[in-house]
Amino acid sequence: MLAVSDLKIHYRTLAGAVKALDGVSFSVADGEIMGLAGESGCGKSTLGKALIRLEERMQYVGGQVTLDDKVLPIADDRAMNPYRFREVSIVPQYAMSALNPTRRIGRMIDELLEARGLKGATLRPELERRLAILGLTPDVLGMYPIELSGGMKQRVVMVLSTLLDPSLLIADEVTSALDVASQKKVAGALVEFRDRGYVKSMIVVTHDLAILAQVADSIMIMYAGKLAEKAPTRTIVEAPAHPYTRLLLGSLPEVGIRFEEKRLPGIKGRPPSLLSPPTGCRFRDRCPLAFDKCAEEPPFIEIAPGHQVACWKADAHAEG
Amino acid sequence: MLRYLARKLFIYLLTFIVAVTIDWAIPRFMPGNPVDALVSRIALMPDANAALTSYFMAAFNLDQPLWQQYLNFWWALLNGDLGRSIMLFPTPVTTLIGRALPYTLGLLLPSILLSWYVGNVVGALAARRKLLDNTVLPLGYLLTATPYMWLGILLAWVLGSSLGWFPLAFGYDQSLKAEWTWKFISSLLYHWILPFASLFLVALGGWAIGMRNMIIYELESDYANYLMALGAPQRLVRKYAFRNAMLPQITGLALQLGAVVGGALVTEIVFSYPGLGWLVLSGIQNQDYFVIQGVFLFIIVGVLLANLIVDVVYVIVDPRTRVGLQGDAA
Repeated sequence: MLAVSDLKIHYRTLAGAVKALDGVSFSVADGEIMGLAGESGCGKSTLGKALIRLEERMQYVGGQVTLDDKVLPIADDRAMNPYRFREVSIVPQYAMSALNPTRRIGRMIDELLEARGLKGATLRPELERRLAILGLTPDVLGMYPIELSGGMKQRVVMVLSTLLDPSLLIADEVTSALDVASQKKVAGALVEFRDRGYVKSMIVVTHDLAILAQVADSIMIMYAGKLAEKAPTRTIVEAPAHPYTRLLLGSLPEVGIRFEEKRLPGIKGRPPSLLSPPTGCRFRDRCPLAFDKCAEEPPFIEIAPGHQVACWKADAHAEG
Repeated sequence: MLRYLARKLFIYLLTFIVAVTIDWAIPRFMPGNPVDALVSRIALMPDANAALTSYFMAAFNLDQPLWQQYLNFWWALLNGDLGRSIMLFPTPVTTLIGRALPYTLGLLLPSILLSWYVGNVVGALAARRKLLDNTVLPLGYLLTATPYMWLGILLAWVLGSSLGWFPLAFGYDQSLKAEWTWKFISSLLYHWILPFASLFLVALGGWAIGMRNMIIYELESDYANYLMALGAPQRLVRKYAFRNAMLPQITGLALQLGAVVGGALVTEIVFSYPGLGWLVLSGIQNQDYFVIQGVFLFIIVGVLLANLIVDVVYVIVDPRTRVGLQGDAA
């Protein structure tokens, strides 16, 4: 069970602090695969990274992260180390280049495990078993990363990241660089690993809503450093309450429609700068439903069980 | 692997032939003639001069057509004969080179290897300590931008001429006899320090900067980030980063070798150090074809050998080249 409350992460830049995460609160239940979506720069990757390791230019400003009733010391790199890999793990965006190119994969894994105080040899059978689940033979452990295809590297990284059965796995844009066939395999593997209990809960960060519809139990939509909506996948797809979610879904192509006749609508305008974000609802300028009250910031409230929205007009939509 | 080596060897052989041909041609395209210089030194009557000139021309085979001289040259070379020096007639060139070689090697090998080693260590340290980085980087740029002979002249002027701490010239005290006594060896070392320092310092700057940049690059690379996200200790990440950062440094060592040999020649001239550089300078001044040829031949072989060794070492340390080879063979 992951609980995040009022998390604020800023990026230090020469122009000032970029408020990439500006007070984010949500929770992920055990066994839940939560999709995290939004357009580029909305803070979804920042959120994913913040839960495991802050980059040097990322600055913890406030908030609390609790995993299985323990507070994660995310602001303290050293104190966070024991939790990494064992409690929280990540399949990074750059899985293709995540393995040291000059070490055989098996040796690299052994060295990593030993550096974490574990025995590579005792974990080897489990490692090989899990590789087999994803269709990889134990031979890959004797190879260098360059000898593997991109999809194979991705799967090796998935197995390695989840080897210690972490409570939370962050999958950051894991399908973005893959072809459709590999995407499907990786998506299937995520669900499989959850079902087998290798990971308790998962946050799948992506801009690809189609993938989330396949794997996620719930979807959380972010906009400009804030949460817009979180709901079970079905609800998000069928009855989104936030106007941003609706526009986001509306800009996806649908099977069977010829776009020569009907243009994809898209969303007009651009997200606000996070250097000095506007007050009130951040989607106000692009929102077709905006009215006077949107000058006040809408709270992220539950409008139905498991369905939270930050929009003054959310109730009306959910009903209509 | 064997195919790769065979291909490499073929390329090196081709390079060798071309380089040696150029080496043979250049002194012969210089204006003037070594025999004239030799004869004018003997200073006989004008008609005797003419007879002597034609005698020497025939003796050195310089009266033959160029293509014949070229073939003679290769034939002699393959028999290990580099000819006889004209300026120090009749000493064979091989003897002259044999005499000069220990000085050059004694200067080159320690300066190349030590600067490479020390530079890599200093650079790797600088990559993680801000304070050290702020001094190493500008100093490194300054050193690496300095021409060898200029630093040599500077050192000779300040430490040799002004302060008088070190001797200005020669390989050892000229009043001593070359023998294995403590006195001679210490004199040898004493004379060695300045030319060594000038070569060492210039090379050091480049290595330190290169290593610093490579380590920083590696520590920011994806695999380093992934390891840190999985809680790997700094020790492991740095170990990987250092190892991977070494690869370009190894290539760099081979590439630098040629430049350092050139630098050693000039440095030896600055310090009148009795190595190959000094020998080649006197060879050029006296238009001694055979000495020039011989010395450059040595340098050619040295650079090619060094590169070949690095090629082989690279295959051993970087699996990516090895995989590339397998892919090639398949």
